[in-house]
Amino acid sequence: MDITRFISTHRKLLLVGFLVLILIFIITLPLYAAESDVRVLTTVLMYVVLAVSWAIFSGTAGYMSLAPAAFFGLGIYTMALLQKELPFFLIIPIGGLVSFAFALLVGLVTLRLRGIYFAIFTFGLVVFMTEIIQFLETRLWQRHGWQIIPIDSEILLYTIFGLVVVTVLAAYFIRRSRYGLALLSIGGNEEAAEHMGINTTRTKVLIFAISSAFMGAAGVITAPSLVYVNANIAFSLFYSFMPILMAVFGGMGQLYGVIVGALIFGYLEKTLRAQLYSYFMLGFGIILVAVILFLPNGIAGLVPMLQDKLGGVIRRLRKGGQEEPHANT
Amino acid sequence: MRILEGQGVTKYFGGLAAVSNVDFHVDQGEILGLIGPNGAGKTTLFNLISAALPISSGEIRFKGQKLNGLKPHQICQMGVSRTFQETKVFANMPVFQNVLVGAFFGSSNHVSGADAAREASQALEFVGLSAMSATPINDLTLANQKRVEVARALATKPELLLLDELMAGLTPTEVGEAMELVTKIRDTGITIFMVEHVMKAIMGISARVMVLNHGEKIAEGTPQEVVVNETVIEIYLGEEAHAGS
Amino acid sequence: MAERILPLIIVGIFQGSVYGLLAMGLSLQYGVCRVLNITHGEFVMLGAVLTFTLSLSGINPLLAPVIIGPLLFGLGFLLQATLFRGLKARAPSPAAFEGNALLAAFGVMYVIQYIARIRWGGRLMPSYYLADIVSFLGMDFVKNQIVTFAIALALGVAVYLFLSRSRMGRAIRATAEDPGTAGLMGVNTNMILAFSFGLGALLAGTAGTLVSMKTAVSTSMGFSNTVIALIVVVLGGLGSVPGSFVAGILIGIVSMLVAGLWEPVLTVPVYYAMLMVLLLVRPTGILGKK
Repeated sequence: MDITRFISTHRKLLLVGFLVLILIFIITLPLYAAESDVRVLTTVLMYVVLAVSWAIFSGTAGYMSLAPAAFFGLGIYTMALLQKELPFFLIIPIGGLVSFAFALLVGLVTLRLRGIYFAIFTFGLVVFMTEIIQFLETRLWQRHGWQIIPIDSEILLYTIFGLVVVTVLAAYFIRRSRYGLALLSIGGNEEAAEHMGINTTRTKVLIFAISSAFMGAAGVITAPSLVYVNANIAFSLFYSFMPILMAVFGGMGQLYGVIVGALIFGYLEKTLRAQLYSYFMLGFGIILVAVILFLPNGIAGLVPMLQDKLGGVIRRLRKGGQEEPHANT
Repeated sequence: MRILEGQGVTKYFGGLAAVSNVDFHVDQGEILGLIGPNGAGKTTLFNLISAALPISSGEIRFKGQKLNGLKPHQICQMGVSRTFQETKVFANMPVFQNVLVGAFFGSSNHVSGADAAREASQALEFVGLSAMSATPINDLTLANQKRVEVARALATKPELLLLDELMAGLTPTEVGEAMELVTKIRDTGITIFMVEHVMKAIMGISARVMVLNHGEKIAEGTPQEVVVNETVIEIYLGEEAHAGS
Repeated sequence: MAERILPLIIVGIFQGSVYGLLAMGLSLQYGVCRVLNITHGEFVMLGAVLTFTLSLSGINPLLAPVIIGPLLFGLGFLLQATLFRGLKARAPSPAAFEGNALLAAFGVMYVIQYIARIRWGGRLMPSYYLADIVSFLGMDFVKNQIVTFAIALALGVAVYLFLSRSRMGRAIRATAEDPGTAGLMGVNTNMILAFSFGLGALLAGTAGTLVSMKTAVSTSMGFSNTVIALIVVVLGGLGSVPGSFVAGILIGIVSMLVAGLWEPVLTVPVYYAMLMVLLLVRPTGILGKK
């Protein structure tokens, strides 16, 4: 029995088995790996959450949002402000809620902007928030950032992993739901979608806000590992660009593509960025351009291509010495 | 009864009136044709009816209810559906999903997944595209893409269907097939308001015809009446008649 | 109060003229090529840094554009002719193209910025030129402010005349308006697109030279210039070249007033607030077309 057929018939089983392996790997990591490795994995998983939640909305609706940094930063600040008042696990959903509410507001106001203007607006929003919060902190409240009480890295790992599971499940179920179909239509042709009975504003704003909630929660969980935060650190535009690159690289059409992209890039970012900063960023730029140009469907787009090629090669190997029937026999 | 009525319908773009003080009505169950030279305001009128554009002044009523100020999705759910001059299918989905969207969201009641799927299948069968359900939409010919648009619009269970240049770009055979489809739709009880340039089609199946020029209505009546109307011949049909369509 | 405001406004006009020059290039690139060139600021940076580097070899900053201009023009030309043209060919829709072009431009931005950083490092370069004060109408101005204003204005007018009077200018405008028809009428649209992009890059580079005369420069200055250009362009209308110049002056005045009368630190958030409000109220800007 050949490989491709084996894979397709036992697909579900293989997938479940694979996921269980991942689960075991992540849960047991702190037992045998160094603290720094645990931290790397935590950061990687954070990127997965950002990339997947970005793709939930922007990947389907065709509105490129550069706002993830805004919602992520809000989550960080929520943690900074509430860390002494409430337990960690309560702050997480609050961070999500804060981002959700803010995203509702932003969405209502801006989602009627045509594609590129929306992108510019969300970009401007991030920088605006950074500057304003910085100004208010230094001038009005005489603060220069916040100290975050560190939390055990094991707990952070498990928590972010939990968030990954929630986010991925949400992405999966939204995509399969009525709202997911509506969003897909909006991405296909917004005017037609509106004319087929879809309340496009409500659909866009709702899903935008939901996706932002996960970003906020991720911010809350990431804060303790940063130890010190200020507006520039919390709202860094990098947290917008990286998830986008990961999602584009991995392929927004498929959920697993986004996850794979985030894993690869998150790992590279964490390990390379410190040492070879300039070269890393240079490489980042080159890869971004190459991916957009040659792999618009991302890595996930390669998979069907590879399946075809692989299947073809195997077929030819099997036929081996047999004669091909002639077309005009 | 008049299923759709418009009074003094006007639309300004800057200083220019694309549609100027047009009164019109569509009787239930009929096929009303809308013709006129390019730029006469036909698609604009459709855009005003479906609320793709806001009306500058005047009133449009569907089954007695004012449409002014409503949004396109609300109008769709009331029972008015349309196709588009430049085919606006959902390029990111296969044929079946395209029609499914209409079935799911086109009615004001909650539609279950099973019901929506059933209605989508029926709509596809009605237009003769059942065999292509799983095909990605970009692989279809233009004529078939237009059919998908029609199926999608039908899946929203409309009482009034606006067809915008359904036959543009079709071969004569395809035009004939499209004409059959349109009459078949009318026979199920759906009222049709159609913009068309292909004279043979419009004159062949319309019960009445309306003529626009420079945003104004210049003639209205049965196809036979309109064909002999001097103003119409002058500005429009003259060239067509010589072209021998 | 008046004596405080008038000099601010005048300096604002001087400053704004450079912003206008900056934005004109971006507007041209978007209007013709439909690319929102996020890399724009990097061309400014290149112009500024190269001007400084050349000045170390004894070349007068005022002459630098003669060398740098064609260089950056070529770079811009190449970018459009290869990258963006390739993207356009593969994009399934104009909206998809604009999105992809935006992302690709981000990529190019990082590439240019970090190549520059690897070459020149991240330090601040003291590139001041003509920094002495002159008195005019009882007010003090820095000489380079007046000079840069004159150059920016002259260039702005020149570009405007070029676009409105010359044959090539007409071809450019026709391509911006309707590329399909322009092509049918015999215009080599690919050439026009690449040329326009190159011209935009040249204007950015020259703006960089002008900026370098007034402030210290570094390889990381690109981004903030991109942002300013963006705001000006949206204010003046994406695609309207004269609108961009006027808007540039306006922004210059506003920034000087905010810095002088209120808080220098707040100029940036004020820009952004203006940008966001504008996008909501009138995304096509003051003089823009849809």
